[in-house]
Amino acid sequence: MIAFDEMHGLAEAMKAAPGGAETVRAAYAGLKQWLDQSPDALLETRRQQAELLFRRIGITFAVYGDAEAEERLIPFDIIPRVLTRPEWTQLEKGLEQRVRALNMFLTDVYGARECIRAGVIPEDLVLCNPQFRLEMAGMTPPHGVHVHIAGVDLVRVDDDGFYVLEDNCRTPSGVSYMLENREVMMRLFPDLFAQHRVAPVETYTDSLLATLRSVAPPHCQADPVVVVLTPGLHNSAFYEHSFLADKLGVELVEGSDLFVQDLVVFMRTTEGPRRIDVIYRRIDDDFIDPLVFRPDSILGVPGLMSAYQAGNVTLCNAPGAGVADDKAVYSYMPEIVKFFTGEEALLKNVPSFRCREPEALSYVLDHLDELVVKEVNGSGGYGMLVGPRAPKAEVELFRSKLTADPANFIAQPTLALSTCPTFVNNGVAPRHVDLRPFVLTGSDAVRITPGGLTRVALKDGSLVVNSSQGGGTKDTWVLDA
Amino acid sequence: MLSRTADNLFWAARYMERADYLSRLLETALRSTALPASYGGVSTEWESAVASAGSAEAFYARYGDANEETVCDWLAFNGENPSSIRSCIGRARTNAKAVRTALTAETWEAVNDAGLQLAQFGEAPLSREDITRFLDWVKGVALAFDGSARRTMLRNDAFWFVRLGGAVERADNTARILDVKYHILLPEHEHVGGTLDYFQWTTMLREVSANTAYRWVYRTSVKPWLVADLLMLNRQMPRSLASCYEVIVRHTDLLAEAYGRRGPSQRQARAVLARLHSARIEDVFQSGLHEFITSFLIDNSKLGAAIAEQYLI
Repeated sequence: MIAFDEMHGLAEAMKAAPGGAETVRAAYAGLKQWLDQSPDALLETRRQQAELLFRRIGITFAVYGDAEAEERLIPFDIIPRVLTRPEWTQLEKGLEQRVRALNMFLTDVYGARECIRAGVIPEDLVLCNPQFRLEMAGMTPPHGVHVHIAGVDLVRVDDDGFYVLEDNCRTPSGVSYMLENREVMMRLFPDLFAQHRVAPVETYTDSLLATLRSVAPPHCQADPVVVVLTPGLHNSAFYEHSFLADKLGVELVEGSDLFVQDLVVFMRTTEGPRRIDVIYRRIDDDFIDPLVFRPDSILGVPGLMSAYQAGNVTLCNAPGAGVADDKAVYSYMPEIVKFFTGEEALLKNVPSFRCREPEALSYVLDHLDELVVKEVNGSGGYGMLVGPRAPKAEVELFRSKLTADPANFIAQPTLALSTCPTFVNNGVAPRHVDLRPFVLTGSDAVRITPGGLTRVALKDGSLVVNSSQGGGTKDTWVLDA
Repeated sequence: MLSRTADNLFWAARYMERADYLSRLLETALRSTALPASYGGVSTEWESAVASAGSAEAFYARYGDANEETVCDWLAFNGENPSSIRSCIGRARTNAKAVRTALTAETWEAVNDAGLQLAQFGEAPLSREDITRFLDWVKGVALAFDGSARRTMLRNDAFWFVRLGGAVERADNTARILDVKYHILLPEHEHVGGTLDYFQWTTMLREVSANTAYRWVYRTSVKPWLVADLLMLNRQMPRSLASCYEVIVRHTDLLAEAYGRRGPSQRQARAVLARLHSARIEDVFQSGLHEFITSFLIDNSKLGAAIAEQYLI
């Protein structure tokens, strides 16, 4: 399989062939020149400086089940990934359309359910979905927005072929890396920024604050009080939670800091209780309210859902939004976009085999060694089989899992994820990347920060970019001409 | 401000102050053992170091005997002692990490760097030189924390809780040294006035880094009642009980002003300060040095409880 290299185009794959000329795509012209002038030793020095900066700022993440490495750094690659403004403009339109459709879909499945009646999506797939929250049925969140913050994972296969790999509608993370990567890059390579017109990303937190404030309950008179709700210090994304609260200038609260009285949410402060209007929660649905969801949760706030249902507080994202990013629902996205927006989807879906359908299942079982098989509710790169690269035993394990519970899986052809030049142990080499732009939806506007988080699979040939499995990140540039 | 945030700031500062105190305690004990016996070298410095750190019971249950090796291990490196230097810096970092947003980058980096560097100081028995270097490092950490907080933090409730935590802990530490060693300051002990006593008094001064300060303040040789005066009532001496309570009163007042409400913390702080201001060292000795210190320790922990009740939970 020939991967598209974002610096060289398809030529990277041809370079090995005799006479294969080295071409450079226009977006990377300046970067290529810089790379040619920078000896590996310099890059290595800069890489170490970057690591030191990250460690000193304290940007670490926890890997579950890895007690030794409670505080690891996400590896950072110092070579930026570059998109041109026209490329980005196309993506932006597609993202906005897709997130608009996701919000309309959620309003519909928790409301009139017209898409089910119209046969766009099977009823059981929605109503029996573990992410479907009956508590939300018949309820419209303030200003009708369910997914305030979406992280849409994109992969690229050629010059203009971007595919959505998955929609993250619950509590997508990674945006702090997008912001800190840029900070570190600007400190390390001021000259490089002087030579390029890179669209800034630091506007993200202002956009986020504007978004969160715009969805405060309508009766909220004065300045809405916004907080970020975290599961606490030991959560793998805690750094990000505290980073965002800091940049937003709002309190970072834990469940125990909040309480509900007469259907109103308060936080405990040194000056007594203070009323809260908007909660950007980074806790999963299951844990936000022990009275409604998991009773053993100590992370949440008893009574929070009642306050929410009474319209006294806004939860971002809305509970139950996860039904829209389910991998089985994903496969219906082209139809969903069409049904709700009346337009063809601008962003392509990776063609998916729904194993719940018998013909699809038998095809998948016959072609396991060619396909990527995913659990519909898995995330973080877990519960996933990459057929062409998996050892035989793993393939057989998935075969038995599939036969036992086919509805729990979808399968997709193995995509040739694009590659970007990456500084690895033996110099600069192409590595596979994906892209997670963050899409903010408020009552007033949809806001998208140019770029997003580029994740890179640092192991040669690997397609798994998740930080929990050895992936790294890159700064992502949108170049104004 | 969130009560939990205030709580974390208060305790981060307390733990930093405690780490600093422990390093001075150990440093002084090490110095004493380096002196010939006739100058106080056979002293019970290791026992009293453990007693002044307030963890004697757990210590003897674990080691049985107080000597250089066991006390250094317990007070500096042992992770199972919740008040060892290692634990204090670790906890300060955990507290700070939980409230990073309330700290400036500089203050956070001071704590975070300390937590990261701590790992480099091994658990294995260290040479005396290594230990000295470690203790110097700890003092540097406490200075970096305190200095960055004062230089960079906004003058608002976050800063005031940091200052309060430091002052409450510092008062407690000074009082504990007095509690353990008050007897060497008592007149009946003074009859010989020999070198032994002299070194014990100066040791006490060293524990609160006041050996030089003493000369500047009193301009006379070391007298036990003046040592007590310096540590308890003197307002120039930053580690004296009176100084600590001036800081406490100032910052509880600032909180009351900002929040528009006075409460038990303000009343308790003022009452203690009034007592320290009105006391004369002669009277304290007259009516019982030990009783005075004991009741101060009780008052100080009452203040801690009042602050917790009013702001931190």
